[in-house]
Amino acid sequence: MTQNDNPKLAGFAEELLTAYRTKQAIAPLSERDASLTIDDAYDIQLAQVAAWTAAGATIKGYKVGLTSQAMRQQLGVDQPDFGHLTESMFYPEHSPIDTAIFLQPKIEPEVAFVLGRPLSGPGVNVADAIRAVDFVLPAIELIDSRVANWRIGIVDTVADNASSGGLVLGSNPTRLEDVDLARVGCNLMIDSTLIASGANSAVLGSPINALVWLANTLGQRGIAFQPGDVILPGSVTAAYPVQSGSVVAAEFAGLGSVTAVFA
Amino acid sequence: MTDAWTIDTVATELLACEDERRDRVRFTDEWTDMSLEQAYAIQDETLRRRLARGEHVTGIKLGLTSRAKQERMNVSQPLIAWLTDAMIMPVGLPVPNSRFIHPRVEPEIVFVMGADLRGPGVSCATAMAAVACVLAGAEVIDSRYRDFRFRAPDVVADNASSGAYITGPVLLRPDQLDLAAESVAVEVNGQIVDTSTGAAVLGHPGEALALAANGLAERGLSIKAGQVILTGGITDAYPAPPGAKLAFHFAHLGSIHVAGGQ
Repeated sequence: MTQNDNPKLAGFAEELLTAYRTKQAIAPLSERDASLTIDDAYDIQLAQVAAWTAAGATIKGYKVGLTSQAMRQQLGVDQPDFGHLTESMFYPEHSPIDTAIFLQPKIEPEVAFVLGRPLSGPGVNVADAIRAVDFVLPAIELIDSRVANWRIGIVDTVADNASSGGLVLGSNPTRLEDVDLARVGCNLMIDSTLIASGANSAVLGSPINALVWLANTLGQRGIAFQPGDVILPGSVTAAYPVQSGSVVAAEFAGLGSVTAVFA
Repeated sequence: MTDAWTIDTVATELLACEDERRDRVRFTDEWTDMSLEQAYAIQDETLRRRLARGEHVTGIKLGLTSRAKQERMNVSQPLIAWLTDAMIMPVGLPVPNSRFIHPRVEPEIVFVMGADLRGPGVSCATAMAAVACVLAGAEVIDSRYRDFRFRAPDVVADNASSGAYITGPVLLRPDQLDLAAESVAVEVNGQIVDTSTGAAVLGHPGEALALAANGLAERGLSIKAGQVILTGGITDAYPAPPGAKLAFHFAHLGSIHVAGGQ
């Protein structure tokens, strides 16, 4: 959409863009306008993405959210959602990340896909998706909400770029043929304490299913994956809050680990 | 009855509940100052009676070794209990619901001991050196307490909610895998409902074995070569009502499929 299409949606997009700048969370959109649909929410998201790219940002990938059954039940939906990753959202490992950039950050351990070939839906199946993946990397996703106290429904999180904050990628690539991705175990440590553990089958049965879903969903909108795109397929565990001083390590069996440090 | 509970009468009541498939309220509501020492004496008395009726000790089980289980049961310490041959469940058989009160099934890391192990002073490292092989396991737990409501002494006396156990298809030596990173996914009726890793068990299942060896030593007991060790549920436990289809998928130790039976 263009900002002129629907002044109401454009207004919500502007509110969210302002929240990034002021660090002041906004009241849930869904509580102020019960008529908002999920399609409206994606239009609000895309209006913000258009503003970012107009200001020079580059889209470097996508994230899939709501990939656990528990989260979908909590939000009353039967589908995952997606958000955009821009180049400024990538943070290096072991370098302190300024928590003041965020409003109410949490982290999630994931295995990121890095694509080696273009991939576009509709009609993408598991085999197509696997062939498009160059390698996987251990990742820590930073999620954040511009909605006050994380009081989000599906419309609120979709409008808010699927509650994206950023990501930290590990540096050890692994090819899909060298691991059974769904069975890869993950131990999440915060401040040297085991906080949660899980297997990648927590992500829609396999993270590959999230990649397939996203390729087909973006395909309906005319968006195709490009070589080099980074896809975060969804969290292995619940999300945990972090603050200044937190040290987060996600260890993936056979894939190595990734560490995020918060200042 | 309030003042009448003794080690002997509690042991009698617990075994009767098990035999008659009836639950009851926890004893600590009436025997309010039951100590863990007394609770283990009750557990040992029930074992003595199990052996007297022809059962044989096959090993040791640990209970409440993961934080998920401790939080769910509101008991903050791991416990040790006995396994007998009456609790062995061959792979492929459905959970016999009618044999239990309110059975639930949980995935575990299982050890078969290659050497005797005697505390005190056993560490995770020396414990693992005594392990011959590692397997996946599924344990059927079944508390004799109504709605699984108990305090630590109650569940110790009740042999840590022992029911039955199944072992998985793959045997690995302990030097062939990283047990802290070994993952398990719980599948109920085809859907993945829970996942975790061996680290959920006290950081490493070998820590549970060390804890068992050192805890038994305080009672003058030890672990013997050939015994089976169930190191405690890695995830929450799941009911298997008739018709339910459960599977536990381990990364390197294979899968265990369990159906809910009558």
